Amino acid sequence: MGKTLPTKYTTVSIPKTLHARLEKLISTKTGFKSVSDYVTFVLREVVTMHETSQSPDPFSSKDIEEIKARLKALGYL
Amino acid sequence: MVSAPHGGKLVQIGQRVNRDAFAGFKAAQTVTIGEETKSVVKDIASGVFSPIEGFMGENDYLGVIEQMRLESDVPWTIPVLLPVEDDVKLAAGDEALLADKEGAPVAVMECGETFQVSKKEYAMKVFGTEDQAHPGVSKVYDRPSRAMAGKLKAVARVDHGRFADCTLSPKETRVLFTERGWNSVVAFQTRNAPHINHEYLQKSALALVDGLFVNPVVGKKKPGDFKDEVIVDAYKALIDNYYPKSSVVLSVLHYEMQYAGPKEAIMHAIMRKNFGCTHITIGRDHAGVGNYYGPYAAQDIFKEFPDLGITPFFFKEFFYCRRCAGIASEKTCPHPEEERLSFSGTKLRKMFADGQVPPKEFMRPEVAHVIAESKAPFVE
Ligand SMILES: [Zn+2]
Repeated sequence: MGKTLPTKYTTVSIPKTLHARLEKLISTKTGFKSVSDYVTFVLREVVTMHETSQSPDPFSSKDIEEIKARLKALGYL
Repeated sequence: MVSAPHGGKLVQIGQRVNRDAFAGFKAAQTVTIGEETKSVVKDIASGVFSPIEGFMGENDYLGVIEQMRLESDVPWTIPVLLPVEDDVKLAAGDEALLADKEGAPVAVMECGETFQVSKKEYAMKVFGTEDQAHPGVSKVYDRPSRAMAGKLKAVARVDHGRFADCTLSPKETRVLFTERGWNSVVAFQTRNAPHINHEYLQKSALALVDGLFVNPVVGKKKPGDFKDEVIVDAYKALIDNYYPKSSVVLSVLHYEMQYAGPKEAIMHAIMRKNFGCTHITIGRDHAGVGNYYGPYAAQDIFKEFPDLGITPFFFKEFFYCRRCAGIASEKTCPHPEEERLSFSGTKLRKMFADGQVPPKEFMRPEVAHVIAESKAPFVE
């Protein structure tokens, strides 16, 4: 049978004081099981925001004109 | 601004128009694929499955079933695999021709590794059950357990047949939404002919954004479902009569339902994000079948993905309430269930078979007319 996914975690250092604050926060209301889960969630949210704002427009003006012609022919435009 | 493609890149695999471009492949270099895989190839090629450029390798596969993410950390919940028989002897780096059952070329692929898939594990992780009465699970058990990774290099000209005029690619919808000046677009996934409750859900969502993208799934369905052409014609009738044309786009998605409930809801969102949608509606038992999933499990799963890049609009079920004398939802109506007008699929099928149509409080007469006019509106 196939292999299993190796555990793919690494360690990131954060100040102990911040860790303590986060522990306190997640124990009260966030529903997260651990500080690591919380930090992973928040970082994914942040990193995707930055990646999204960098996405280039993939279409050339020739592409766009061709697509607009088809959309017009089909009655979408 | 329309949504950025999933994983940051809208995949576009080039079409080779001339069939001769696929000549020269020997039998040993040819992999025969079924209709569902053919549909997957088209979706990869047009960017519906961006950022995926081919069939998954083992690391992506394991990432998806164990962590709901590709190896690149991008959210993904249902594996995209090419199951192959043991007699396929292609090695990593080889070029293979993917051909349909009639031998017509579908795509050229650069092969990656082959690996074994545990059907039981796949079923449990993706569908949450190994019950082969589940239509998605039974498909998994019917196919080979060996999978081959591969990146698509080129595809044959894609013909959408009867639905060619209402099939738009992600590239086309992105241009369309931009041309219409839509900054926010909500997608509505459906595999059903529209009832009034669907119309209310769509219009409630539309009230909050610039445009509505009605995107019915066409492809193999289960017995008792409406046929694809009935669904599309019914939507055309609904939109012609009850929607402002400037704020709605109807286009079909060629895709075979998996009935994977919550996991599939995420995939439905990812596909619509690739079409440029910023939002998607998720209602009761989205992509579910039978009683395998909780009624709102497909809403809860979105909490796991802060980086999905498309925002779900969650709705409770809509219905006509006799006491409210109008369309209401579990959220807005305090009355008991007996006051709700509802028809089971079985009852609806019988009604049409007997030459009757449902009341206008349940289905628009123009929609009912399309169904009634069809000789055989349901999948046998
Ligand atoms: Zn009521």
